[in-house]
Amino acid sequence: MTADVFSYRRARPAIRGLLLAGLAATLTVVPASAAWAQDQGKTPAIDKADTAWVLLGAALVLLMTPALAFFYGGLVRRKNILSVLMQCLMLMCLISVQWIFFGYSLAFGPDHHGLIGDFSWLGLSGVGVAPNPDYADTVPQQAFMIFQCMFAIITPGLIIGAFAERIRFAPFCIFSLLWATIVYDPIAHWVWGHNGFLAAMGVKDFAGGIVVHVNAGMCALAAALFLGRRHGYPTKISPPHSLPFAVLGAGLLWFGWFGFNAGSALKADGLATSAFVATHAAGAVAGLVWALCDWAYFKRSTVLGMITGAIAGLAAVTPAAGFVGPLPAAAIGVLAGAICWLSVTFIKTRLGYDDSLDAFGVHGVGGIIGSLAVGLWASTAINPAPAGADGLFYGHAGQLGTQAVGVLICGAYSFGVSLILFKVVDLVFKLRVSEKDERIGLDLTQHREVGYTMID
Amino acid sequence: MKYIIAVIQPDRLDDVLDELNRREIHLVTVTSVLGRGRQKGVAEVYRSHTEAGSLLRKIKLEIAVNDQFVAPTIEAITTTARTGNVGDGKIFVLDLAECIRIRTGETGGVAIG
Repeated sequence: MTADVFSYRRARPAIRGLLLAGLAATLTVVPASAAWAQDQGKTPAIDKADTAWVLLGAALVLLMTPALAFFYGGLVRRKNILSVLMQCLMLMCLISVQWIFFGYSLAFGPDHHGLIGDFSWLGLSGVGVAPNPDYADTVPQQAFMIFQCMFAIITPGLIIGAFAERIRFAPFCIFSLLWATIVYDPIAHWVWGHNGFLAAMGVKDFAGGIVVHVNAGMCALAAALFLGRRHGYPTKISPPHSLPFAVLGAGLLWFGWFGFNAGSALKADGLATSAFVATHAAGAVAGLVWALCDWAYFKRSTVLGMITGAIAGLAAVTPAAGFVGPLPAAAIGVLAGAICWLSVTFIKTRLGYDDSLDAFGVHGVGGIIGSLAVGLWASTAINPAPAGADGLFYGHAGQLGTQAVGVLICGAYSFGVSLILFKVVDLVFKLRVSEKDERIGLDLTQHREVGYTMID
Repeated sequence: MKYIIAVIQPDRLDDVLDELNRREIHLVTVTSVLGRGRQKGVAEVYRSHTEAGSLLRKIKLEIAVNDQFVAPTIEAITTTARTGNVGDGKIFVLDLAECIRIRTGETGGVAIG
């Protein structure tokens, strides 16, 4: 027993010594790491979780372009499937090059009068792994850059829906490159760029309701009006050649949209989660509403109707995802489902333009609804100022007006400049295929390939 | 020798083939076709755009038979493909000038079986 006590007594100082040594070690390490943090104070620290989420988000948004290709590809006739896939996938090559060489610099580079960036980040010079606190202070700037690159790719992709089945390939490429440079980059700068004039006015666009959907939608309307109808429209156009492709595409778009909206938080945090939930809520509700509208009016719920509704809801919640709670997001879904249904069912038919795959009716109209809805349901409880704002229902009526101004300016700019670009490209290169080529199909006439063989 | 062409409703195909088999008529070529008759199509709705459905999906059967099999073939098809509704289809019977079995070079009635 004494031996035990003895050994204990002898052991205790040893334990105490260990504890002291540990404490001393901790004390010496803490000041050292604090000093290290101070050294890094000039360039903010990279957060690994945030970086992982933004990179994953970029990959998710990239996936939306092939998804869109199959969504649109399934809706065209057999003879044009490859042309649509090719147009979408070519944008992945074309716009990525534009973005890396000068597009990112124009959209997000040093501001000039709130209107446009400049060429100082040409070829990503100076855009390295150090974060840029103007955009995202915890992820490498290159991560932010490549995330934004995917948005720049899919936006002209959405427009394809308006001129599908009747545009020549090379003029399409030239138009898209010009459009990305003259329309997309400035609008992205106005709304998202550091010191962009619409951002300074307080226009809120979380993930691209204005920059992506209103912008692409208004250009799509210009495209449909400028190019005119497909031959045989509306009575002699065959039904979608592969609705299963369209469903596959819509499903993958929905999946990618989580990167689009929740990724736009640029952090792996509560706001990203809230945007994720709002996105899902709006998509689900809008799909449901479209199916109900179809049921009420045509006595059947259609597959194409439901997936179109879901896409409309996802488009509409895009500007609002990081500003509204789940129930307002569901309300946005109701509005998007119902109004886009009306727009595609009655307004398009009444006006008689041929927006082949409803790029305007779904993305344009959905984007406008969502961007205005930010002015109604945005809440600083979800996203505090200055990043967030309060909408009409949270005591700040002015936000609705600000949103309307943003939509009007960007919508008008996109529509007007797109129309001019179409005219110029058409004068130089002739935009539309000949009637004979249109009848034969774009796959064979533009690409010398066919999507489907008849015999093995 | 006769060449029998029958256009039938797609959902009747399995029953027709079973009945032909039962009557030992094995040689048949089946094609999925589009066509129209007096029957109106099923209207399809695509994003609120109603398609009148001017052409309908049908199945075309082509059967070469020796003369003694003509009546059983027609009977097999009519009994199994008939629903009594418009759109049940048609049977056409043509004279067959020649039949050659590629493997052996046999010609005429023996080549059909």
